[in-house]
Amino acid sequence: MNPVEMIEREQMRADLASFQVGDTVKVHVRIKEGEKQRVQVFKGVVIRKRQGKTGATFTVRKVSYGIGVERIFPSNSPLLEKIEVLSQARVRRSRLYYLRKRRGKAARLKDKNFR
Amino acid sequence: MVNGLIGKKVGMIRFFIENGEAVPVTVIEAGPCTVIQKKTENTDGYEAIQLGFESRKKVNQPQAGHFRAAGAGNFAVMKEFKTDQIDELEVGQEITLDIFEIGEKVSVTGTTKGRGFAGVIKRHGFAGGSATHGDTAPRAPGSIGAAAYPARVFPGKRMAGHYGNVRQTTRHLEVIDVRPEYGVILVKGAVPGPRNGIVLIKKHQSS
Repeated sequence: MNPVEMIEREQMRADLASFQVGDTVKVHVRIKEGEKQRVQVFKGVVIRKRQGKTGATFTVRKVSYGIGVERIFPSNSPLLEKIEVLSQARVRRSRLYYLRKRRGKAARLKDKNFR
Repeated sequence: MVNGLIGKKVGMIRFFIENGEAVPVTVIEAGPCTVIQKKTENTDGYEAIQLGFESRKKVNQPQAGHFRAAGAGNFAVMKEFKTDQIDELEVGQEITLDIFEIGEKVSVTGTTKGRGFAGVIKRHGFAGGSATHGDTAPRAPGSIGAAAYPARVFPGKRMAGHYGNVRQTTRHLEVIDVRPEYGVILVKGAVPGPRNGIVLIKKHQSS
């Protein structure tokens, strides 16, 4: 088989929880500070997932002290400790860029099971 | 050891190294190459070995005779490489990618993608003109010099013309990983040429 595919396959992370755009997630990232290693948690809404093998990424947005913060994670990075899905939302598009213009109440998402 | 191998570009991927960093790598099928001929001080005036890569069914008679000594079939690509152990290498011996080590620097030579007759924006990175506001020359080079004096265009003026399909070397690329199980090495960064293009991988001369 094509060596590119084989190498990509062995680098993929199958152990991480699956999630969708609109989900509120907690991303646990390993961070190295000098000699020490610790785990940092980034909690927010997934506003974008990019397709790809090892090149896939996803973007998590949160509002921290009134300032919007977005962080892009490689979906298969070995630095990801785990991903927790806290809640799922019903969204009608794959890229939630419109959340950037919204603040507070307007930036809420509908719960997935809400009818 | 031999200071290089003939290979084939397979493609590029994002690769995660041990500390979690994502590195852009080119996957190169490196070898195995067969020693076809030994060039020696006595017969040729210099020392080198000729390597062959990729078997080929049909070759002409003179070439067939040249390959017969190695006894490993015919080859599509042949190239000479330097070596410091010419006495230990035999004609017909196979050289594999074991000669490369993780962390060492290599240069990769290939033939760049041919772009045909290319304009000045693609070929030399000119900015071009305005595409809107009634401009009629969005991709033109603009002025190519003054008029009555010097009354000519200076040699070497960058203009449109043939671009690509030339031999090019990218130097000082780090070997990120060696994978004998797939017969490939992973090299950090881009390498000249299209996928499936033939490349020469040479160990970087350490001075």
